[in-house]
Amino acid sequence: MNTLKQLEEEAIYIIREVAGQFNQPALLFSGGKDSIVLLHLCSKAFYPGKIPFPLLHIDTGHNFQETLDHRDYLMEKYQAHLEVGYVQDSIDAGKVLEEKGKYPSRNSLQTVTLLDAIEKHKFDACIGGARRDEEKARAKERIFSVRDDFGQWNEKLQRPELFDLLNGRIHSGENVRAFPISNWTELDVWEYIKQEKLELPSIYFSHKRDVYQRDGQWLPTCSFHLIEKEKIENKTVRFRTVGDISCTAAVLSDANTIDEIVDEIKSSSFSERGARMDDKRSEGAMEERKKVGYF
Amino acid sequence: MELLRIVTAGSVDDGKSSLIGRLLFETNSLKDDQLDHIVQKSKSKGIDYIDFSLATDGLLTEREQGITIDVSNIYFTTKKRRFIIADAPGHVEYTRNMITGASNADVAIVLIDARKGVLEQTERHVKILQLLGISNLIFVVNKMDLIDYDLTKFQSIEKDIQQLTQEAKSKIHLLPISALKGDNIVSVSKNTPWYEGLALLDLIETITLDLPQRDENVFQIQWVIRPQLKEHHDYRGFAGKVNSGQFNVGDEITVFPSGLKSKIKQIDRYGTAINTLHEQENATIILEDEIDLSRGSSILSTKGEERIEKTKQISATLCWMQNQPLNLAQKYLLQQGVHLVQTKLTPSAEDATAFNLNDIGTSSLRLSEPILGTPYKDNNQIGRFILIDPQTNNTAAVGFIQ
Repeated sequence: MNTLKQLEEEAIYIIREVAGQFNQPALLFSGGKDSIVLLHLCSKAFYPGKIPFPLLHIDTGHNFQETLDHRDYLMEKYQAHLEVGYVQDSIDAGKVLEEKGKYPSRNSLQTVTLLDAIEKHKFDACIGGARRDEEKARAKERIFSVRDDFGQWNEKLQRPELFDLLNGRIHSGENVRAFPISNWTELDVWEYIKQEKLELPSIYFSHKRDVYQRDGQWLPTCSFHLIEKEKIENKTVRFRTVGDISCTAAVLSDANTIDEIVDEIKSSSFSERGARMDDKRSEGAMEERKKVGYF
Repeated sequence: MELLRIVTAGSVDDGKSSLIGRLLFETNSLKDDQLDHIVQKSKSKGIDYIDFSLATDGLLTEREQGITIDVSNIYFTTKKRRFIIADAPGHVEYTRNMITGASNADVAIVLIDARKGVLEQTERHVKILQLLGISNLIFVVNKMDLIDYDLTKFQSIEKDIQQLTQEAKSKIHLLPISALKGDNIVSVSKNTPWYEGLALLDLIETITLDLPQRDENVFQIQWVIRPQLKEHHDYRGFAGKVNSGQFNVGDEITVFPSGLKSKIKQIDRYGTAINTLHEQENATIILEDEIDLSRGSSILSTKGEERIEKTKQISATLCWMQNQPLNLAQKYLLQQGVHLVQTKLTPSAEDATAFNLNDIGTSSLRLSEPILGTPYKDNNQIGRFILIDPQTNNTAAVGFIQ
């Protein structure tokens, strides 16, 4: 069995386990390539039936419009049911405060909105697209990762996980994050997208965009950032990961097809999350966020 | 490309994380930003070499204490092979995390500190690896630079390893290395002219795995697909995975545990009809007859079905994994694949007090409903299970049917 097939089998098995073991699961959907792959895997897992759970999108309000349009297109295509939680609602309700300073980002605020949505819809499991090769704290996470009723990840007390035997039993109020593509690498995701001919938001491919340079990175102009002395330039860029527009840097790139992107990644000397400012804030930034309930 | 899953084992401070960091570095798997980060951190810790363990120890507490607590999964690829390494912790109290890492491994790399030799924790890990039936054990004697690449000391460790693995069915490999200096990692080192084997990377790139032929044909049902859509009105498919063996369209089948019989009418893989379904493949099976089948049931080939034991009483080796010791008064849940039954345990006389965290012992188990009783040594896909404590919901133990 080739690796990609092996990874697909593993993912579909995990997705069916989520459906089988939980009452009210949901698929966390950001609109990025990993969640598009997951959506496709979910549709395969229950074919010809519909996906037996809703999708949950946490909308920070700091979106790339292209990603939102593509999201709505995919919901039609896969006949999926979408729930949206708005970070703006959490801010308006006074639950979180908008960040100040040079890089106001809503990335950390979305945790509160996510936990609220989980409570509101009584989701007992959330399927996420995290991969262990993304970041060191992610590399430690189980396939079924239990969160307590505060949404916290207790990294020192993770359940043992043996073979393919997944234990999703939880007490009421707790929930599980399930990661079917844990063992995929960034390249696997791209090769799968190619093999399955999946459609992606246009920002993954090279395009002209107004950007400015800050701390050695090309940032897209957006209404959320204060641009002081930096010069705005129109460059040919693409995005390697799709987070918030306020915290995702572009890479200068001419890669316009999936093959070109695969070549670019293979020869790249920077890691994928190297373009995510949210991870650069401190050593252990991801772990700190995960402990309090981040994806 | 073929995938090899490796687990590292060995006592604390034997340099597991450093070895993996070194492998990542030598195979150009560390990106510039990751390498810069490690170099910077090494400097700020005031050490005069590059601390490759910083590449894998991911938790803040791990870096604080300089130890590995939980399994890290590391991915890298060379021209010849793809690898997933589970970097497992060495401390006794984290043995359950080591077992988590080892349970999916094809090969184990067991590190030994050249100055300390085989330790109690090395023995414990080797025992667990043998229990799991890992086919290849690669012993690497690390920190050879600290004993001046001394052959006599190496040979004395070799003797201890031979003793430790006397009864092992696994293939045994032994290498002298230094993860810090890079000896015998990607190329054979001049510092150990007496060593005639392969460098570690060559070894793991070329190791071959014998895939066992399994006669038991078992397909376990995870989910019943009933679309109830106009175009698929009568569709009733059993979605699941082949745990062992294979299935063909037209096969006579017997359902476990109900014993009902039917025939395979159709095998669907995501909308494509196929004829043969192989081990570890997912599919949706449609039967000729409308019979009652639900999640947790298995479809067995009727041919040879009588050879698979079905039983409400098993004897098993258990590794206890939760902080709360075995409570004889309570019931546990036994999960075999996706099938759950209730169970009560009676430990064997010599292991009557053995079931505290990280203990290994044998017990007999009485079950509320039958399970497939094939021993682990005959079929490792069937003969394994976990015990769940319904009070804590934790995975209390992993078991191997005897």
